[in-house]
Amino acid sequence: MQRIGLRTLPAVTQGTPLAQLEGVGVRVGTTTILRDVDLRLDAGETLGLFGANGSGKTTLLRVLATLLKPERGAGEVLGAGLDSDDRYDVRRRIGLVGHVPALYPELTLAENLRFSARTAGVEAGRVGPVLDAVGLGRAADRRSDVCSHGMQRRAEFARELMLERELLLLDEPHSALDQDAADLVEGLVERIAVRGGAAVLASHDRERVTALADRCVEIKAGTLI
Amino acid sequence: MTAGFWVQARSVADRDLLRERRRGEVLWITIPFGVIALLLVPLAVGTDIPLLRRIGPGLFWVIVMLFGVLVAVRQANTDSPAQRDAAALLGLDPAASFVGQTLTSALLLVGFEVLVGIAAVAFYDLPLQGWPWLLVVFPLVALGLALLGTLAGSIVSSVNAGTALVPLLVAPLSVPLLLAATQALEGLRLGRSILSWLLLMATVVLVLAIVGVLTARPLQETR
Repeated sequence: MQRIGLRTLPAVTQGTPLAQLEGVGVRVGTTTILRDVDLRLDAGETLGLFGANGSGKTTLLRVLATLLKPERGAGEVLGAGLDSDDRYDVRRRIGLVGHVPALYPELTLAENLRFSARTAGVEAGRVGPVLDAVGLGRAADRRSDVCSHGMQRRAEFARELMLERELLLLDEPHSALDQDAADLVEGLVERIAVRGGAAVLASHDRERVTALADRCVEIKAGTLI
Repeated sequence: MTAGFWVQARSVADRDLLRERRRGEVLWITIPFGVIALLLVPLAVGTDIPLLRRIGPGLFWVIVMLFGVLVAVRQANTDSPAQRDAAALLGLDPAASFVGQTLTSALLLVGFEVLVGIAAVAFYDLPLQGWPWLLVVFPLVALGLALLGTLAGSIVSSVNAGTALVPLLVAPLSVPLLLAATQALEGLRLGRSILSWLLLMATVVLVLAIVGVLTARPLQETR
């Protein structure tokens, strides 16, 4: 795998809160998904998030990504309030890789990344190097619906690398990955932390995530414990 | 840094056209079904050429409306929740996405109108007086239907109602377009001015475009 250069984030220094949630609650219908969640995520920090299926990990990641507005509580992500219109402006700086791939199946891996680059205002010339960096250089012109789940996840990591996110949210980052790709995730997370960004890894793989994270928390029935 | 509005709209349109080219739903499924629908009417009413010539333009537009809205709704509602989240995190302006999806559907619908129109001329022996005006009528109707379908698709996906709401949303709003399109063809056949009908179509297009752009963000955020 190649190494590609990444810029250092100018405005963020270590120890500054990148995200902060206070008393956050989310309900879907009559079901409470998150209740009274308090969380602070500092610049340069990697947070491990553990919990059983249905405990609220993915919902918490979507709140941190500003994609889900909580019904209760307050919070800020990258300086934008969760209920303010500023959150639309910071989304470009947040990466979320879920366990369901978000690639367009009819497009090749390179076309998927070119769409991301063009939409986000990034030079399309970065697509080739980031695909090389995640070991997909030779599969760039393969349609994503004929790629394995692991290759699709690698392509999504390539997208996050290309877009130089400041806050990276990974849902089950090690699932469906071989050892090389798992090392790639770790490299990506470490590089974001070194640059002054932060990462949250929601996972069942306690051993791997504990080794990578600065701090770990557990969520149970929507409550951080 | 995020790309400008029109760059994003173009990016969405290019993506969706490429996806459609690879899927081939409009070319291999929708258009043949439209032609079959046109063919079924002569089988039902018999080969009464004067009757077919009289009802042909109206039938053509009814088929364009029904299939056209389905094409546009389908185009606007193909993304999975994960794909929508990923697009939002690219900084994609929902209004730019609405415009891009509408342009894709409009282009596909112009192709649909042309191919089904050729079939209608062949099956119903339609007269071709004033045909250059179709260069204005076809794109206006396609744009109107694309806006309507994209808006309906956005509403349906925001309330998680499946496609059950589509007929209720689309039927009343497509009446002015259907009326104007049918009357425009009739006007051309009789050699009358069709400017008032074109104005009605342009007004519908303008109103739908404004509503679609203004509601794009709220509809995305309620998903």
